[in-house]
Amino acid sequence: MHTFDLTMDRLTKVEGSASLELRVKNNKVEHVHFKITEFKRFFTQALQGKPIIALPQLLSRICGTCSNAHLLCSIEASEHALGIEPTDQTKLLRVLTMYGLNIRDHALHLYLFAMPDIVGKDAFLDFDENDEFEHQMLHDGFEIKAAGNFLATLIAGRSVHAIYPAIGGFNHFPDEAGIAEAVKKLESARPAVLRLVEVFKNNPFHFDRKTNFTALVPTNGLYGFIDGCIMTGSGECLPESHYDAFLERIVLPYSQASAYTHEGEAYMVGALARMNLAKERLHPKTKDACAAVLDLFPSTDIFRSNLAQAIEILHSLDHAIDILKHTRISAEPIIKKAPRDAVGVGVVEAPRGTLYHKYWLRKDGIVEKGEIVVPTGQNQINIEEDIHKLVNDLLPDASKDEIGYEIEKLIRAYDPCMSCAAHFLRVKWLSS
Amino acid sequence: MTNQSEKTASEKLKIGWFSFSCCEDNTVVLTEIMNDHWQEWKKLFDFRHARVLRSKNILDELDIAFIEGAIASKKHEAQLKEIRSKSKKLVAVGACAVVGMPAGQRNMFNEEQKKEAEFLIARFAALPKVLKVSEVVKVDAEVGGCPMEPAVFLKAVTAFVAELKRQMPPDADTADGM
Repeated sequence: MHTFDLTMDRLTKVEGSASLELRVKNNKVEHVHFKITEFKRFFTQALQGKPIIALPQLLSRICGTCSNAHLLCSIEASEHALGIEPTDQTKLLRVLTMYGLNIRDHALHLYLFAMPDIVGKDAFLDFDENDEFEHQMLHDGFEIKAAGNFLATLIAGRSVHAIYPAIGGFNHFPDEAGIAEAVKKLESARPAVLRLVEVFKNNPFHFDRKTNFTALVPTNGLYGFIDGCIMTGSGECLPESHYDAFLERIVLPYSQASAYTHEGEAYMVGALARMNLAKERLHPKTKDACAAVLDLFPSTDIFRSNLAQAIEILHSLDHAIDILKHTRISAEPIIKKAPRDAVGVGVVEAPRGTLYHKYWLRKDGIVEKGEIVVPTGQNQINIEEDIHKLVNDLLPDASKDEIGYEIEKLIRAYDPCMSCAAHFLRVKWLSS
Repeated sequence: MTNQSEKTASEKLKIGWFSFSCCEDNTVVLTEIMNDHWQEWKKLFDFRHARVLRSKNILDELDIAFIEGAIASKKHEAQLKEIRSKSKKLVAVGACAVVGMPAGQRNMFNEEQKKEAEFLIARFAALPKVLKVSEVVKVDAEVGGCPMEPAVFLKAVTAFVAELKRQMPPDADTADGM
């Protein structure tokens, strides 16, 4: 009979710092502690007393990789508090900002973090240039990332902590030459994205466990990352401002991050949830190219999340090309409004799932307090429940090393972001 | 691995990339710089300790260690000192490493905020004050910015690569750097 403790000090090929503690007694898992070990940087404390105009840039520093999602979420919450309705052009530029982010960020995860497991190499840079497939993947990976990076830089100024998006609009606009260059790069990267979809369609790894899925789903228009209602998978779709009605915060004393449940049950957010709940809204060209693959959704196989990310890259690319080709972008003034006593909520789909910002604004323009709920915090309990089942399935035959590797692979499939998860001091739910 | 490839690997510059308390924006920028430089870096660098890039990490003798993030715990301090002792050159990258902010924003909290944060600082054995890298170890170069500016980073790296390659045996890898 197996009885052992397994401690994994620091997980690799993920964003940020996390560790795992597992106890097995008589061939059964006794406990799984997925510990987010990033040190808290106390952003929800630091935002108190700051002018609202300072918040988007401050809070984008919660996370390097998802920074532009935090930036747009913060802008949305601020605009809701101030009563600002952005122009249609601003909305489109924000959509493009999110597409740049998703192309770049999903490609980073799929090529540099996930693909080495499939190929049986330790690192993406270890891929062999003399091997036809590995050579192709190396070139594809960096081409797609560069196209996403170019789009984000053109529209938002930088792909990390972007400088053009602001409360009330944008403070810089792309020129025609830049737009033409972006279209060229995105079109050139499309065959590589189709190869990527194929690679993850054939992903040999699978892990199935029934769980609940939640995502911000557009109520009209195409698949997207900014607008919609919060669909819990049970048929209800809540308005953005009601998000705190369905989240229950759980304190895990061993983790630097808060965890969450819905009606006492774990749930999952991220690309798999989005694809399960909204695949019919994908861009028509994406749907055409991925028709057979889309039949694999809805899925409860966590490794299908990687496939969903690849499809999201294609959608982002197809829709971005459409927008860039058919929209005339011109300079617009920033919309400004006087501060007021109000509460503003922002909700976006960050690459890793639903992200919430909520601010209490005073009429002197100062933010009294705020709350931020990030995707990896929401996935934390689901990850633990998955590992519990995975290890019980592997016992008694697998060695400790094999179990450790399988756990790390599964966690990596979630594409967790620990920098995001450990940003805050506390969340105290208050009704608005 | 063949003898030839082992020899080639041993001739590459040994690089470590380490993240402490921060948002890892510089790591993301590094992976974006790679879009244009990965072919040269593959020939020139042995990324032997970079948890974001690989699972099997080796901390032995490094040519250049890049440090992002501020130092938030005794454990961080000890890790950083160990890295310093094993690195020819140590470069602090990004604002959190260079000036300690914004990761160290709790250093400037008022009394009420400090009181609220106290129990978590104790629970996770964090330092009373978050430190910048140069408060713990000697730093050979600093690349500031939030995130770091790619051109400044490349300039610093190119200078160190030139210096270190002058010290390498004559039959070493002849890649030109960046």
